[in-house]
Amino acid sequence: MADLSRDTLRETVIDAILAVAPEADVDALPPGRPWREALEVDSFDFLNILVDLEKRLGVSVPESDYHELVTLEGLLDYLESRLAA
Amino acid sequence: MPSLGADMESGTLVEWLIRPGERVERGQVVAVVETQKGAIDVEIWEAGSVERLVAEEGQKVPVGEVLAVILAEGEKAEGESAPADRPTPEAPRAPSPRAPGLSPPPARATPEVASSGARLRISPAARKRAAELGLDPTGVSGSGAGGSITLDDIERAAKVAEPGRAAPSPQAAPTTDARGAMRQAIAAAMARSKREIPHYYLGHTLCVEPALAWLEAHNAERPVAERLIFPVLQLRAVALALEAVPELNGWYRDGAFQPAEGVHPGVAIALRGGGLVAPALHDADRLAPDAMMAALRDLLARARQDRLRSSELTAAGLTVTNLGDLGVESVQGVIYPPQVALVGFGRITERPWVRNGQVVAARCLHASLAADHRVTDGALGARFLRQLTDHLQEPERLWPT
Repeated sequence: MADLSRDTLRETVIDAILAVAPEADVDALPPGRPWREALEVDSFDFLNILVDLEKRLGVSVPESDYHELVTLEGLLDYLESRLAA
Repeated sequence: MPSLGADMESGTLVEWLIRPGERVERGQVVAVVETQKGAIDVEIWEAGSVERLVAEEGQKVPVGEVLAVILAEGEKAEGESAPADRPTPEAPRAPSPRAPGLSPPPARATPEVASSGARLRISPAARKRAAELGLDPTGVSGSGAGGSITLDDIERAAKVAEPGRAAPSPQAAPTTDARGAMRQAIAAAMARSKREIPHYYLGHTLCVEPALAWLEAHNAERPVAERLIFPVLQLRAVALALEAVPELNGWYRDGAFQPAEGVHPGVAIALRGGGLVAPALHDADRLAPDAMMAALRDLLARARQDRLRSSELTAAGLTVTNLGDLGVESVQGVIYPPQVALVGFGRITERPWVRNGQVVAARCLHASLAADHRVTDGALGARFLRQLTDHLQEPERLWPT
């Protein structure tokens, strides 16, 4: 999993988001802005997305790291570094 | 047909999940009814045996009309006339035994009484038309003399039967029609609220650092799927505040306050693509953290799959709305009639906070109360809000050991 390209990782994350919020227009997200608010993903949806990502990538995100997942880029950076570790 | 909302006039019976002769237990889901709020699993409130199904699948039934006749334990089957003048508003309510002093009737009710004993009153033309349509007339309610079924009744039943058969599957996205119906239901309820309920509003900003620390500690060693989310703490705090101030847990009906039985706060859930439901979280005052999370998870999942239960639409005396996830700072709520209050939570956001004379950065939250001034006054509302915020500020008090 560690050699996952950034694009593949992005696709995986978008799939996990779409599984919870099928109508979400992820491409229209303004970069650097909080994605959860923009996509109307509440704390329950967010938890389900993390469960899904854990299944797909084997990365379990501790709650203390949630603040790193505020933007989509931040989420990708975080997953990338965890996968590389 | 139970009333599943303040402005519900009728519902369409989509499916029976029971058969005549079957035993039913209290709380069992016995039918699926299509309402403006989507498909609802209707539960029964008395144990007994199914004497007969009155409403037919596909039939639109006004609130208060009989859906089915259920006999309580040891109760004798009656003829066709008795159930008609004894409406069973929630199908659930079984007629009480008529002569408690007498010895119970023979265990086996004679089948003739239940089926062939009840001769259908139907006009010859109606019977012919029903046969042409392949419609079973026994479930059609008659509007003719003496309750007999007329040709018009058959035509009407045939018409409503069609859309009923094409009931949405649980997973199907709501159609535009369903959306429109839900919009209308919300419009009617909210217009009534603003027209009839003199709201008063109270609010309080509190520091939630201790509550978040509690949550993080609780979740620290857990896999993602077993973690709690912050709304569990909010709902728990609301439940405890309602226990302390029961005057905000109930309904305003016929000019008087009627307290709710038990603490079952409604949880406002926005549906993707529009619309809103607010099912009750049962016994929120009695659930341990993980049980409460499981109950909330189940409720959220079923709300989004259009599979709520009838009791969940009627049990709440107060509703909680959390718009913080959408970036909202504070909520001035509109009470869901006939409930008497609504609690609103905003987003958790970092703010300058004064602690021990020092300004520090702290994560804060705005909690608000909208309450019905016909039932309570600001002083009581303030007591409730203080209970609520105290519990959220001292999380060790949420589930005292």
